Amino acid sequence: MSTLTIAVTGMNAHDNPGPGIAVVRGIRDKYGRDCRIVGLSYDALEPGVYLHEFVDEAFLIPYPSEGEDAFWTRIMQIHEISKLDVLLPTLDAELPIILKLEDKLKERGIRILLPSKDNLEQISKSRFHRLRQQHGIMVPGSDIATDPSRLYALCEKFGFPVMVKGQYYEAYIAHNAQEAMFYFNKIRARWGLPIVVQEYILGEEYDVVAVGDGQGAVVGLVPMRKMYLTDKGKAWAGITVTDPELLSMAKKVISTLKWLGPMELEIMRRRSDGELFVLEINPRFPAWVYLAVGAGVNLPAAVVTLALGEQPAPMPDFQVGKIFVRTSMDMITDISKFESITTLGQLIHTPQESAK
Amino acid sequence: MENLDTGRLHNLAISDTGFVFDPVSGHTFNTNRTGFFILGLLKEGKSQDEIVLALTEQFEVEEQVALRELQNFVFRIRDLGLV
Repeated sequence: MSTLTIAVTGMNAHDNPGPGIAVVRGIRDKYGRDCRIVGLSYDALEPGVYLHEFVDEAFLIPYPSEGEDAFWTRIMQIHEISKLDVLLPTLDAELPIILKLEDKLKERGIRILLPSKDNLEQISKSRFHRLRQQHGIMVPGSDIATDPSRLYALCEKFGFPVMVKGQYYEAYIAHNAQEAMFYFNKIRARWGLPIVVQEYILGEEYDVVAVGDGQGAVVGLVPMRKMYLTDKGKAWAGITVTDPELLSMAKKVISTLKWLGPMELEIMRRRSDGELFVLEINPRFPAWVYLAVGAGVNLPAAVVTLALGEQPAPMPDFQVGKIFVRTSMDMITDISKFESITTLGQLIHTPQESAK
Repeated sequence: MENLDTGRLHNLAISDTGFVFDPVSGHTFNTNRTGFFILGLLKEGKSQDEIVLALTEQFEVEEQVALRELQNFVFRIRDLGLV
């Protein structure tokens, strides 16, 4: 078997970490040193760039907002140097551009596995509320607002508190009209319009990470309960659970949407009656995906296999009661590494470093 | 305690230390020796009278004390959604 070269984005690993390093760890668990990992980073100080035990080479890439041409040119430069076999994007904002480039990438021998354009539209926050009517998937009431009068009308419709969300990032609970307006402006300034207003469901939050085969079947899935949240609402610890209703809901979403590739489902069990609601569907792995690997279900490796056009081996049942606890510690590196990534836009770790 | 649905208790993983894991909800609990003892009997489907009798024998307490302990414990696990 020739050595695979796999490029992964999402190398940021700060207080709201990207999924890249967790995805790479899963791949390493399967392939060991029989693959080369190329970390694609937006900033010279994304920590994954310096994690030589996981990442063999790192390159800076342009932000998706710089457009398709800039992204394509840079990926081709990197391909020239590293001969990529698979590209695994892990951040929402990258997906539309990479989907547009899918055919061109395949022509150059770079395989990807992403949800379809239809899938992305179905789960977009502006159309999310239609999943209940169109597919019978229980989701909270929600709609989009592009101006204050619409915002107030939706707040009145759903009743306080409501969730005020950006189309890609950020979500806040607003308890009154003033708070709703404050968050509307805050998100608009950062991410633009439209803003999503969603019915607030009080309850307990669960997450499911899964991979679909695009035909309606589940390749693998692992549910967990968030045990510890940061002030940004991100899971810092979690435990795998086996709730039959949760599993059934996740399977229904995948089969109904004929989902292809990775996904994260955010699900709330309403406290008042135990009913489950899908709060969000993210078309990518979550940062906690290594919990699935730890529970015996290596979903990142399965996505690599599928991207290569092969069928992954049947997944074992996940282990219940596995816990992840995220850590944060300082890594020491040399200024020459920083110099390389900032001046050349690339950092190639030596084989000796990578083997450590 | 009549009509107590103890079905969910059978899913619980209970260690000898009194550490309890509910694999459906993902919640964990700690219980003392008395709670550990009562949980075991509830899982076996014992009646209130049988559990009270077992408590008086195991912990050498009056029947009234045993009954109060049992009722308190059942109230607590009902509040936690375990029964």
